[in-house]
Amino acid sequence: MFTRRLFAGALALGATSLMLAPAFAQTSDGYPDKPINYIVVFNAGGASDLAARMQQKYFEEEIGVPAVVQYMPGGGGAQGWARLNSMEPDGYTIMGTNLPHNILQPMAADVGYQTEDIATVNFFQYTPSIVVVPNDSQFKTLDDLIAYAKENPGSLTFSGSGSNSGDQVMKERFDQVTGVTTTYIPFSGTSPATAALLGNQVQASVTYTTEGVNQGDQLRVLAVAAEERLPALPDAPTFKDLGYDLVGGAYRGVAVPNGTPEERREEVSEMVSKISENAKFKQEMEQAGFVPIDITYSEIPDFIAEQTKIYTSVAKPLGLIDK
Amino acid sequence: MEILGYFSNALEPTNLLLALLGVAVGTLIGALPGLSATMSLAVLVPFTFTMDPASGLVMLGAIYTGALYGGAYAAILVNTPGTPSAIATTFDGFPMAKRGDGALAVTLATLVSVFGGLTGALMLLLLAPPLARVALQFGPAEYFWLAILGLTLIAALSVGNQLKGLVAALFGLMLSMVGVATVGGDLRLTFGTNALIGGINVVAGLIGIYCIPVLFDLVRTADPHLDPPQGSHVSGFRLREAFSILGRNKVNLVRSSVVGTLIGILPGAGGSIASLITYSAAQRASKDGDSFGKGNPAGIIATESANNATVGGGFVPTLVLGIPGTPPDAIILGALLVQGIKIGPTLFTEQAEITYTFIAGLILATLFMLPVGLLIGRYAYRSIASIPKAALVPSIAFLTVVGSYSIQNNWYDVVIMLVLGVIAWLIKEVGYPTSPIALGLVLGSIAEQGFVQTFLIGRAQGDIVGRFFQNPISMFLVAIIVMGLLGPPLRSLWKARRRRGGSAGDAGRSEAPR
Repeated sequence: MFTRRLFAGALALGATSLMLAPAFAQTSDGYPDKPINYIVVFNAGGASDLAARMQQKYFEEEIGVPAVVQYMPGGGGAQGWARLNSMEPDGYTIMGTNLPHNILQPMAADVGYQTEDIATVNFFQYTPSIVVVPNDSQFKTLDDLIAYAKENPGSLTFSGSGSNSGDQVMKERFDQVTGVTTTYIPFSGTSPATAALLGNQVQASVTYTTEGVNQGDQLRVLAVAAEERLPALPDAPTFKDLGYDLVGGAYRGVAVPNGTPEERREEVSEMVSKISENAKFKQEMEQAGFVPIDITYSEIPDFIAEQTKIYTSVAKPLGLIDK
Repeated sequence: MEILGYFSNALEPTNLLLALLGVAVGTLIGALPGLSATMSLAVLVPFTFTMDPASGLVMLGAIYTGALYGGAYAAILVNTPGTPSAIATTFDGFPMAKRGDGALAVTLATLVSVFGGLTGALMLLLLAPPLARVALQFGPAEYFWLAILGLTLIAALSVGNQLKGLVAALFGLMLSMVGVATVGGDLRLTFGTNALIGGINVVAGLIGIYCIPVLFDLVRTADPHLDPPQGSHVSGFRLREAFSILGRNKVNLVRSSVVGTLIGILPGAGGSIASLITYSAAQRASKDGDSFGKGNPAGIIATESANNATVGGGFVPTLVLGIPGTPPDAIILGALLVQGIKIGPTLFTEQAEITYTFIAGLILATLFMLPVGLLIGRYAYRSIASIPKAALVPSIAFLTVVGSYSIQNNWYDVVIMLVLGVIAWLIKEVGYPTSPIALGLVLGSIAEQGFVQTFLIGRAQGDIVGRFFQNPISMFLVAIIVMGLLGPPLRSLWKARRRRGGSAGDAGRSEAPR
């Protein structure tokens, strides 16, 4: 037992020192001169983790210090976000954020934080929502699906991730825009929702472009809720192409604890932008189905206000949120 | 045979070394109560970014399979499962260790883990695409019935007092409801605290329920932790004895390995459910079912083969469908995506080299478990038996705190672990079994989600009842549930009839609650 524990301890030490070993290059003003602690509030393996891991790969090359990814999942991210502001406000602790989560969660219940508590300094990627069916589905186009839904009100089932989630809001907006009534079936995550679709447990699914790219030929993407077609899904039309005004999805960003000084916030935003500018990073993001964006610190307030407006105007009248 | 070519890739010195290292590291991490496979993988993933994709995968797979196996040590020797998948291993493993058969139990666990692991890996190698289609047939209704089947285990886990077992299970089910509901989004039973918004983390809860009462019991008496009766000094591997036991449990071993693989294929089920279900299957099939829980090696054979079989099983949906079978699979899937590898059917065609090298590596890693495990097991038994309690108890206590914190890097989980641990100890003191709590906690959310999803789909299609029974898999599960519930009473009724007047059917079935 002792020797085993010693061995495990030695391994852990070794692992830590390996992680910390890379040279601490630095920028002129000294920041950053030690590894950045990057907190992901979802489980390892999810889309947020994937995005963070892609950034992590370029931290040393672009910033000169490594990023250490750490997980604080729980309550659909809410527990992590509720703890953000009690962390060290020195720019060395950053946390992944997500719209519409940061808007919808506090709206739906008291989850321990408010939308304005989360100081996002940069949104670096956008993941559009998509409507998909299995590749052997009777629905070849979005119009087939809408026609079926019109003939059979309430009977068309959509799987999606969670209740009061971005997927559910998107499903409700879809109903509104196309004038149909469908049924939303919440699952405990994007993967189970896709599994239910592939197993024909449900007829369609509201999910994200990343899932459409991952699943490849197994799924048929009927429409993408983006302004323009995605390089990773060149054959999938946008809702706009098909005559419906529907754009939405998840925006992922990086936040700092709200005690972080203004100057440091700008620096963190610049740091994220610098990685976003890396051509290889951009290409990898696009391949995975993400849309690389760069909404910097000064643009954040307007952006969040605009998104909040969209979600409040949708979620409340639909009864998704009763508060 | 192209596949053989990929095997030679896996045999490259680097890959061999990584597989060996991975198994050893995984076994050690798994052996420490509280530290899980998921956590160790998440920590080690960044190192694989710099490796060749196949080598990185081989190492991750080896750690994963090693950790599931390592969980057996703590379960057998200390009565605290090293990983949640080893819960059911404590039932018979610890009684065996107590009577001096610890070395035999560890050797058995090693042999059947290798067998189960190989079964899973071979099914992954040969049958992955058709098995993935089976997994997809498993919809909300089937998950609901699977969870109900698991809950019927309460009967087996609370022999002696069914009512107390049911009460404990209801408590477990209530625990599973805490937090934001997946289906519906309501906040339930949080009592206004943020600590409970995320619900009761299953792993933290299990650490508390299984490890804390053991610690209390250890400090309460002055007796040494393991006190094998005199004359039971038989140490060494006891391989011959182990093989002869295996010979008598061939059916159990094969059934548990296959069922373990199949449950591993179902996203969201995983090793703990696989080992619990195969345990009860072994108990029901055994002529000597009453000796389960008192140190029957057949129990270890069922649980340890099943949980390692879930490794290969879990990779089936992960690799074929891009849908992770278990949480560690999700991490490995993430690592694949960061490497730019496209998941899905092309993994077995265009990217066959990576996939088959990985599967070959997994098979090699599983084989490495044999020497690594026997070697570690030899020392583990001796050191655990001789370590003073004053050192053992604080070390385990420390690990439970570290382990429950590290799941989500969250102190709330530590508090939840401790509170549930104390509750478990208290109710154990008044004669309630604790395993039904664990069962309710693990299966409650699966049952609830399956039920509500089936209900919603059924309502949309205008046939709620039919939705629960229409699939052949549902019918099969329902049949097993009915047989399991009605079988024992009918059998005792039949026996009583034959004996005429012998109505004391259940007397003599008294046993310490587990």
